[in-house]
Amino acid sequence: MSARRLTQGGLIDRSKTIDFSWDGKSLQGFQGDTLASALIANNEKVLARSFKYHRPRGIMSAGVEESGALVTIGSGNRRDPNVKAPMQELYNGLQAFGQNAWPNVRMDAGSVNSLFGRFFSAGFYYKTFMGLPPFESGKGTGWWMKYEKIIRKAAGLGTASREPDPDVYDHAHAFCDVLVVGGGAAGMAAAIAAADAGLDVILVEQEGMLGGDLLSQSAEDAASQREQLNSALESSSVRIMTRTTAFGLYDYGTAGLLERVTDHLPENALPHTPRQIFWTVRASQTILATGSMERQIAFGDNDRPGIMTASAGRSYLNRYAVRAGEEVVVATNNDSAYQVALDMDRAGANVTLLDARNNVSGIVAESLSDSGIEVRMQSAPLKAKGLNGIKALTLATGSPGSWQSGETIPTDLLLVSGGWSPVVNLASHRGVRPVWNEGSACFLAPETAEPIQMAGAAAGIWDTAGCIDSGTRAAQSAINAIKDSTAGSGNTPQPAPEPGDGDSWENPILPVYEVTVPGKKLKCIIDPQHDVTSDDVRLAHREGFVSVEHLKRYTTLGMATDGGKVGNIVGLALMAEALGKEIPEVGTTTFRPPYTPVSIGALRGRNVDEHFRCLRRTAMHNWNLKHGATMTMAGLWHRPWYFAREGETIKEAYEREAATVRETVGLCDVTSLGKIAIQGPDATELLNRVYSNAFAKLPVGKARYGIMLRDDGFVMDDGTTWRLSETDYFMTTTTAHAASVMVFLEELLQTRWPELKVHLTSVSEQWAGCAVAGPKSRETLAACMEDPSQISDENFPFMGVRDITFKGGIPARIARISFSGERAFEAYVPSDYSESLMDMLWEAAQTFDGCLYGLESLGALRIEKGHVTGAELDGRVSIDDAGLGKMASPNKSYIGSALRQRPELLREDRPRLVGIFPKNREETFNAGSILCQSDAVEGMGDGWITAVTYSPALGHWIGLGFLKGGHESYEGKTLVSADPVRKGNIEVEVVSPHMYDASGERMYG
Amino acid sequence: MIRINCPFCGERDHSEFTYGGDATIVYPALDASIEEWHDAVYLRENIRGMQSETWHHVSGCRMWLVIERDTMTHEIQSVRPAHDAIAKALETEQ
Repeated sequence: MSARRLTQGGLIDRSKTIDFSWDGKSLQGFQGDTLASALIANNEKVLARSFKYHRPRGIMSAGVEESGALVTIGSGNRRDPNVKAPMQELYNGLQAFGQNAWPNVRMDAGSVNSLFGRFFSAGFYYKTFMGLPPFESGKGTGWWMKYEKIIRKAAGLGTASREPDPDVYDHAHAFCDVLVVGGGAAGMAAAIAAADAGLDVILVEQEGMLGGDLLSQSAEDAASQREQLNSALESSSVRIMTRTTAFGLYDYGTAGLLERVTDHLPENALPHTPRQIFWTVRASQTILATGSMERQIAFGDNDRPGIMTASAGRSYLNRYAVRAGEEVVVATNNDSAYQVALDMDRAGANVTLLDARNNVSGIVAESLSDSGIEVRMQSAPLKAKGLNGIKALTLATGSPGSWQSGETIPTDLLLVSGGWSPVVNLASHRGVRPVWNEGSACFLAPETAEPIQMAGAAAGIWDTAGCIDSGTRAAQSAINAIKDSTAGSGNTPQPAPEPGDGDSWENPILPVYEVTVPGKKLKCIIDPQHDVTSDDVRLAHREGFVSVEHLKRYTTLGMATDGGKVGNIVGLALMAEALGKEIPEVGTTTFRPPYTPVSIGALRGRNVDEHFRCLRRTAMHNWNLKHGATMTMAGLWHRPWYFAREGETIKEAYEREAATVRETVGLCDVTSLGKIAIQGPDATELLNRVYSNAFAKLPVGKARYGIMLRDDGFVMDDGTTWRLSETDYFMTTTTAHAASVMVFLEELLQTRWPELKVHLTSVSEQWAGCAVAGPKSRETLAACMEDPSQISDENFPFMGVRDITFKGGIPARIARISFSGERAFEAYVPSDYSESLMDMLWEAAQTFDGCLYGLESLGALRIEKGHVTGAELDGRVSIDDAGLGKMASPNKSYIGSALRQRPELLREDRPRLVGIFPKNREETFNAGSILCQSDAVEGMGDGWITAVTYSPALGHWIGLGFLKGGHESYEGKTLVSADPVRKGNIEVEVVSPHMYDASGERMYG
Repeated sequence: MIRINCPFCGERDHSEFTYGGDATIVYPALDASIEEWHDAVYLRENIRGMQSETWHHVSGCRMWLVIERDTMTHEIQSVRPAHDAIAKALETEQ
């Protein structure tokens, strides 16, 4: 084979060899190599199989646009598919594998697909299989789903590991005045100029070192230019981030960056360092010095291994000291590839230069004069020969539109330059529509009001000196814009740097997108990643998918991981040709983030496992755990679920707890309830407006249960509010709605009722609370107090509120309120006292054979009583639906009082709260079941079940639910609780929701 | 990422705020008719361009703000406290 490593030159360190493996084979490269350069140096040609046809593929580029050598890196739980070989830095122990092939990329059984290539044109699968008999034609997708599975197996890229990702990722944030994207000559110059002006600058470069194209140039002064820029940067204040890709630009100068921290290092080289960091950078101005990408030309079998862009061939030669072939053909339509031919010639290759143009003059033409390069003008590649690596090339002669088949010449490396596409992707993210530039045959970003400046090759400037100058000018524009905005003159759009119009080339480019001759059937790949051919574009045109957006979706052109970097322009040009239009009339698709793929791991950062969402612990959390709590989630809160004793199941535990509360006494952590201090002369007025029931005359020292509606008349929340003084209230909300109630009250006071003098303070975290419930609750509390008369029945009747002092001087605020239906109290202490309070209460409760109880038994107790919670108050329930209509005061107006009167909400047959018993009391049923008439178990039924529990008080399972018209309409009837995917149909009876102690005498007693 | 210049806290990411709604709605008196309340609660313009809207600096100073924002570009023209008296006090102070 023909590729070889040069004995000198390049930016590799020949003293440091690197061992790596390719498909299990041990190979060697040097420090400074990429996987691509090392594989070329080792003469590995077939590195991948294509998506659809399983065509053999090699390296096509030297950058992020790589669409040939997509490989899998690593194994086991670190298997990372679809890595672009030119972007993977080589490290010791790197394992790389070919993908989408069996048994391997060199002998792939799937390549049989390419024999049937003409069947696999755009839309083939859908057209064929979706209409295929048996019997599904035009109806449903049943069989399609079966075919699709098989088809998906045959087509594809690499596969990700199914194991959990062992690596750590992180999120980070940064601010700067100027963000410079791209560390080539233009970007370096821009960063230096902006920093010189005293601005805070971040320079990001996706590769491991700065320099951009300077790294690949053979020119003697390239190295010194790079050194100059580097040393200027080093002595500047610029923050440099290498191996960092700006993958997206967003509103207000926000950029998303992906920093690959350890991907270039052996596994565990930096064990405590995140693998990748997802940065959010907020910049006043962004300079896009993102360079440009060389385009391919569509010709027959233009995707064979050994065919790459001219600049890639030059990069491997000059930067990595790898000459990728011996019999080199350089095919071009512009001046840029002449230097590539020269470099190859100097490196000892036999070079033939094909130029599609008629003639070239000037320095470019003269430069070849003392070389051994054979120049063929008006020539272009027509068809590549050689399946697993190009062996020969049939030439076309003539000019675009009238090519003729010419002779076939041997070659093992074909370097193609079809022109250059500036990387305008990031500007496109901001809605900047690129404009076609005739002179350079490319799209350029126009002037924009966005805080974006284009620089260098990204602005269509093709020579190094011009790029440096353009970078400096872009920096000046950014500096001016920042000065203007701090001077307060607003966002004046800055003139973009002069776009290059091809001046920097001596001879104009001749647009060539496809080379064909009449009567010759060629497979011309325009998007290698998805195997989209030029014929697919014409097929799309014939079938009417002529809009560029439809073209993209029908053929999948530009939809692979390269996001259209390689194929878009050629595809557009071919569609324009088919339509008989010019490229600007056809337009271009919008590039969207990410510019290059971003791992899900980086997006999630550290928000995984127990950090997936934040966690709230009550002040009694540790106390609960110490006393045997099993915890459960209630929103973000961790709350005790049940306190199992030795050998108890959850069911045994909660049944015991609920029974104990009804028999003696139980203690329950209720700290997670929302608590709001409402203070001020108009506090009463505010409460009276937001609660549906009367609050105007609530005496000091009393609490009241209240219901809040939303503006639309549905129930928002419920809770008790305690009047501590004339102007001081303590509101409790449900755990679930604590935040939203606070927000709503703030909104009302600040936007609707600014005249009310009320101050709100969330005190949820300041007070820890414990419910003391059961017939022995007063005795339990009394045992903890120096002066138990504070809570005697006379001094402290039902709904009483007062500040008290527990033994040891612990200050507390208690109310005699009940959720369980038993005589009960809620006691709140400043959070720091919570464990002392619990120790004291628990010691007292134990003398009455009391218990600690959790959410499960709390649920059982409240279901027995028909008390509603979030399961019932789900935002679709009116106050009447919840059976709380008597809480809606007829004597005042309040939030929601108008809209709750809408006729639809007053209908008698709306679903109302009901209690549910199983007809056979031995049976159980499920929350979430649908309630149906027994002869009509179908559709939406008549209602649904919201909550189910075993009731120790009643001795069987019970539930709450909603049923059309309420329980009275179903007196004596048997309904079905339908739960088709779990329990099936269970016969149930409908009862009043107040299933236990309906008169409430236990609570008042 | 929209950046909002909170009059109390300075410029912050929009993720610190929650969106309220149309700031031009004048909510009727509590005893107003169902129709008036219906219009206030349900009828909204779908504006293309500059829109006046409320935002709550919920992870900051917890003040409700009135923001003029262009729905096409996210450009923010003005930010002021929703509470008129506070807005005026702030102006006097500045």
